Amino acid sequence: MIDKRVTSFEQALAGIEDGSTILVSGFGNAGSPIELLEALVDQGARDLTVVSNNAGEGEFGLAALMRAGRVRKIICSYPITSGSVVVDELHAAGKIELEVAPQGTISERMRAAAAGIGGFYTRTSAGTRLGEGKETREFDGHPHVLERPLKGDVALLRAKTGDRWGNLVYNMTARNFGPTVAMAADLTIAQVDETVDAGELDPEIIVTPGIFVDRVLRVPRRA
Amino acid sequence: MGLDRNQIAWRIAQDIADGSYVNLGIGMPELVADYIPEGREIVFHSENGLLGMGPKPPKDREDHDLMNAGKKPVTLVPGGAYFHHTDSFLMIRGGHLDLCVLGAYQISEAGDLANWATDSDKRLPAVGGAMDLAAGTPRVVAMTTHCARDGTPKLLGECTFPLTAAGVVDRVYTDLAVVDVTPAGFVAREIVDGMTLDELRDRTGARLTAAENPGILKAPALGHAAG
Repeated sequence: MIDKRVTSFEQALAGIEDGSTILVSGFGNAGSPIELLEALVDQGARDLTVVSNNAGEGEFGLAALMRAGRVRKIICSYPITSGSVVVDELHAAGKIELEVAPQGTISERMRAAAAGIGGFYTRTSAGTRLGEGKETREFDGHPHVLERPLKGDVALLRAKTGDRWGNLVYNMTARNFGPTVAMAADLTIAQVDETVDAGELDPEIIVTPGIFVDRVLRVPRRA
Repeated sequence: MGLDRNQIAWRIAQDIADGSYVNLGIGMPELVADYIPEGREIVFHSENGLLGMGPKPPKDREDHDLMNAGKKPVTLVPGGAYFHHTDSFLMIRGGHLDLCVLGAYQISEAGDLANWATDSDKRLPAVGGAMDLAAGTPRVVAMTTHCARDGTPKLLGECTFPLTAAGVVDRVYTDLAVVDVTPAGFVAREIVDGMTLDELRDRTGARLTAAENPGILKAPALGHAAG
């Protein structure tokens, strides 16, 4: 019998190794798996590469993982948010590597990894500083840069409801990167507001099919 | 003499056709949504997975799972939809939107846009969705003051700040003029009341010509009507 629901952070995060690439959902705090990220501090994996649209704020969630010195490198599109103090400090101290890339390029690179695509050309960043050093080809009169897939060893994401088979539905714009990171990693771990049995979610509205999800942990939503 | 930011937003809104799918950049362009003429239905896209974005909710109805690209609480209008990030950027990069309105540090006469970084910036580099929007949207218009605070022109022969995308801007709306980017360079379509073409040229860092019958750029006094 398949039951992807786990009951503790230890079970949810078991086996994440040092040096892993971790894909993280969320746009700002909406959809960010804050509790999983904090539990990863206790789990102990280090030397991590984190892919996340933003680079954490305050001292919680991703910022707490960075503060604990576990993140070697962060790939993101927008590290500046109100209260993004930890990434500022670590970067100024030379303690974290920062790679900034266009938001749609990060998203599409993960989708390419999920879809078995070896690379793709896009107009985004062609002729700019962020496109420098990338192979460039002209299609239909416009320069395009070559982008390679971005695959995760692990994806951490937050959804609204997960069922026994790992099917997921989301809440409004907290969906954001969740479905993409879920598809693009070898081990996908979802924290959800509630879990249900198989068959309880309307199959017409399932956003992430369970094939992409390995573990589901219920974490009550913060007020 | 020049328009204020709400008036520039009003002027841009007059040009957005009924039924358009539009992305408004973070900051000043967000004001455009307040001035869509009565009777036009415009669908606003937000990069974080939203079509049909409505105004901000009352304080007691805010939900931190319903945000705009600036991470502020918004609402969804009837007919609106949520979707995930890759679909959202597919809409942007695949040219499915009709228009985006972006802020600008500089625009070149070739339509190059610089709006994401300045070399004097002490903050970390941050690009967000700016390059995707600029490169992917069929019509890109810039909303900006004609000159920077220190008086330096923002419409230039070439941008000196790092580019967001090359050759993408179609039109620039400023406090002083509406300027098209054409193969022949900048062409003023409208100039604010009381300003001559030569005076506008003095405030422009590139060759500027005027359309055959340039109009007068004007907008109603909007007071504090904007949200």
